[in-house]
Amino acid sequence: MGLSVDVEKRFRDFTLCVRLETEKGTLALLGASGCGKSLTLRCIAGIEKPDRGRIVLDGVTLLDSERRIWLAPQERHVGLMFQHYALFPQMTVAQNVMCGARRSLRSAQREKAVREALERMGIAHLRDRLPGQLSGGEQQRTALARILVSEPRILMLDEPFSALDSHLRFRMEQEMRAVIRDFEGPVLLVSHDRDEVYRMADRVAVMENGRIRRIGTRDEVFRDPGTRTGCMLTGCKNISRVRVLDAGHAMATDWGITLALPLRPGTDALGIRMHSIRPGPGENTFRCRVTGVVENPFSYTVMLRPLAAPGSSETIGWEMEKPVWKALRAEEITVHFPMDGLLQLKG
Amino acid sequence: MDLFPLWNSLRIAGLSTALIFFAGILSAYYIARCPRIIKGILDGVLTLPLVLPPTVVGFLLLRLLGPRRPLGAWLLQQFGLRMTMTWWSAVIATSVVIFPLMYRTCRGAFESFDETLAAAGQTLGLSNTYIFWRIRMPQCRPGILAGTVLAFARALGEYGATSMIAGYTPGRTATISTTVYQLWRTNDDALAFRWVLVNMGISLLVLIAVNLLEKRERRR
Repeated sequence: MGLSVDVEKRFRDFTLCVRLETEKGTLALLGASGCGKSLTLRCIAGIEKPDRGRIVLDGVTLLDSERRIWLAPQERHVGLMFQHYALFPQMTVAQNVMCGARRSLRSAQREKAVREALERMGIAHLRDRLPGQLSGGEQQRTALARILVSEPRILMLDEPFSALDSHLRFRMEQEMRAVIRDFEGPVLLVSHDRDEVYRMADRVAVMENGRIRRIGTRDEVFRDPGTRTGCMLTGCKNISRVRVLDAGHAMATDWGITLALPLRPGTDALGIRMHSIRPGPGENTFRCRVTGVVENPFSYTVMLRPLAAPGSSETIGWEMEKPVWKALRAEEITVHFPMDGLLQLKG
Repeated sequence: MDLFPLWNSLRIAGLSTALIFFAGILSAYYIARCPRIIKGILDGVLTLPLVLPPTVVGFLLLRLLGPRRPLGAWLLQQFGLRMTMTWWSAVIATSVVIFPLMYRTCRGAFESFDETLAAAGQTLGLSNTYIFWRIRMPQCRPGILAGTVLAFARALGEYGATSMIAGYTPGRTATISTTVYQLWRTNDDALAFRWVLVNMGISLLVLIAVNLLEKRERRR
């Protein structure tokens, strides 16, 4: 059971080469725009035809280039929610949802399924409206109802909240989580928003340039994102190149500091989240000059430059709650980089 | 006043518009999804009648369909079909001239269609036929309507190619536009003027129809 994907598709200046396995639960594809995450969904849905590969969903082979199997999108029973929902503009909400209802059912049963889906998404009162007359949230509920009524074996959400205003986003996320919780099959979520991914996903795959660079549970990937891109995508803004000095020491060249840190083979960059830096003594302590303070709604970001570092080195951001900085406030300050906050990165 | 030219003009314009309605939609739909090189070539060939003078189109059609030309002679011999100097040769000429108008407006409409709608329909299990008629066509309808009206208006006004391939035979091939020319040439300005008024009346009706359709489209 579940989904198994191994596909390759070449374009002139881009190659998609994705391998992944997933079962019930939410797998997020996290990546910058143009990395191939939406394309992966389209390959699974059968809208895009890979050059070679194999896709198996719940034991049914959707694609096998060697055995020349290619199921039409209509035969795949996948639910794909497009970024802008792709509601049919000239059909009412009820007619849109009816398009999803299984054609094998009798018309009375289809009517009933549509009614239930509309009620479940709380849009029964909108059934005779056209998509153009709906708010963003209502459009998304309609799209979701249309997909759920088709009883898909997999739910694929392509940047589901990107078309919504930020205040709506949070509410729709709650509703979406409820839908996902009740859903029997695997869920694929495509997103470039690490907060959204963190809140919604059980597992995370970091995509870069058509490939999955790191896949694991949400906590594994956020604790150890593996690559420079993965590090940035999971929201880490302090990244420096790194060079081995000896078995126990490394030089972070962009920050201009030496750390007591055994590097894993192949590591060529280090990251540290703005929240991971701690004040006061401890391992890897640095005396820093404060070069700037940025005030956020609920926190301060303090920009630091180690005293030992040359003037050309990059500043390091340190974010903390407002009362913390108010108590610490100084021109020069000693901070330490806890061992478990240092992310070792490749490429 | 013999009303034959009115009837003849309407049937020629009506029939040729009906013909290119389907031909235009189908070729636009299929050519829009051809590989780029083939698309470019077909596009050029099919648009040619729009940029050529109608007399040149008429001349080329005569070279092709004239009773002493290979295709014309063969049709005459095999089926007894005379391809020139009949009212339906005017249908052929008019169709060729108005085809690009329909084809190009339809292609514009098809190309601006949001393909994710079709993709969404497919993943929901809708058949490709259903998607074409119930999702793609309604979205492209304003463009298709505009193309049809343009083509019909142009068909009513067709003179050059028609006069060459169908000539002017009163009661057989005379259309409003060839009649007006003929009457003016023979100094029958009064009658010519009456036909001009008839033509203006039809044009006015077409314009009103277009406006009503546009209003209805906007209300949807």
